[in-house]
Amino acid sequence: MTYEIPELEGEERAVATGEAVGEWPLWEVFVRAKRGLNHVHVGSVHAADAETAIQNARDTYTRRSEGVSVWVVPSALIHASDDSAAMFEPFEDKPYRHPTFYEIPDEVGQL
Amino acid sequence: MSLPMAHNHRFCAPAANPPPETNERSFVKLRRIHTRGYLNLDHQFDDAAGEAVFDATIAAGEKVEPRDWMPEGYRQTLIRQIAQHAHSEVIGMQPEGNWISRAPTLQRKAILIAKVQDEAGHGLYLYSAAETLGISRDELVNMLHNGKQKYSSIFNYPTLSWADMGAIGWLVDSAAIVNQIALQRASYGPYSRAMVRICKEESFHARQGYSIMLALSRGTEVQREMMQDSINRWWWPSLMMFGPPDAESVHTAQSMAWGIKQYTNDELRQEFINQTVPQAQYLGATLPDPELRFDEVTQDWLIGQIDWEEFWAVVKGNGPLNRERIAHKVRAWEDNAWVREAATAYAAKQAARRVEVSA
Ligand SMILES: [Fe+2]
Ligand SMILES: [Fe+2]
Repeated sequence: MTYEIPELEGEERAVATGEAVGEWPLWEVFVRAKRGLNHVHVGSVHAADAETAIQNARDTYTRRSEGVSVWVVPSALIHASDDSAAMFEPFEDKPYRHPTFYEIPDEVGQL
Repeated sequence: MSLPMAHNHRFCAPAANPPPETNERSFVKLRRIHTRGYLNLDHQFDDAAGEAVFDATIAAGEKVEPRDWMPEGYRQTLIRQIAQHAHSEVIGMQPEGNWISRAPTLQRKAILIAKVQDEAGHGLYLYSAAETLGISRDELVNMLHNGKQKYSSIFNYPTLSWADMGAIGWLVDSAAIVNQIALQRASYGPYSRAMVRICKEESFHARQGYSIMLALSRGTEVQREMMQDSINRWWWPSLMMFGPPDAESVHTAQSMAWGIKQYTNDELRQEFINQTVPQAQYLGATLPDPELRFDEVTQDWLIGQIDWEEFWAVVKGNGPLNRERIAHKVRAWEDNAWVREAATAYAAKQAARRVEVSA
């Protein structure tokens, strides 16, 4: 709960290696909150197979009817973009893609 | 927001980590590569451009996300804090689990089961967030089991009466709420999102606890005594939950600079005290602090001296139940080994069958 436990002398720290340790794969969980909405990423679970991953996802992420549908995807199969500013920057300088770029006289009405 | 340009102009550069084979259906293969495909630890640790982006992100009050460059110290601090937070949720099930079979009514029992189940969920949200930093859950659980990582000291105190279910929900969960509301603004995206999810569930915890206390406060003399005894035992440990005083809190400045922490231990503790004292008064209970007084100038409730010797003794492993809590956790893990083995064997068998069919 208060989770800042003071560090004691000689405490060993966990080092991130990105390596998997342990038995079960990790699955990313996507939940559809209600009909008509997209599935949205909410977190991950561990499970031996897709079937139990779905059950674990239901128990972990929908205890209060937060979802009507769940997808699980092996985390290792996600492909990600390079999230540097350079990746998405080229879209920043094209204001003419937006309707507010154009000045239209009031007399024209709804447009 | 305009950030300094990261790296060279890598428009449409391929992801730095090679994509795993997508058509691999074998369970064994998945097992080996169960790291997240969206992590990028390859170019993490020696990139000045990455650091500039990181600093600008923090300065702008924006969130750092798993794939971003981050200082090694930031990553390690978060792994430690999120893991210990997760362990606290998990170990936190034990003191309350102790009373599930002895709840006074069926409804209280159902509520307590739901509450304890939520705490398991909180642990899982947090392990999931920790894993986005490139550490695996099994590794963290091992570190809990072998004592290399700790959990909140509050759970090393025993639950001696039913009133303790009230005191924990009301005091311990409320203290957790004060702390976690602040952490919703933490700079690391997955941690912050886990806090938002947890906070949505916590007010149920605090309210069910206070409702237990209310019922006892309106009960018989014996019930009121039970309530008072419980408050006497939980008040000071609840205040200790916020950690050492600011003057002794060595990592606070760095954590605040990194946006992991928004308020100091003493600020959060004061917030908790101010909201809790009137609630105790409403119960007709006494808080076990003869020096407790209201300061008209600051409008704060001021407390007497916290027994920091007790605090450090419990942190160092010498609380009433440190050994029992871990022993119980390890026993549960070992007793359940056959379930994990069976699930693994079943999954492998199903995967092999699917490969046969598709061949
Ligand atoms: Fe919790
Ligand atoms: Fe809680």
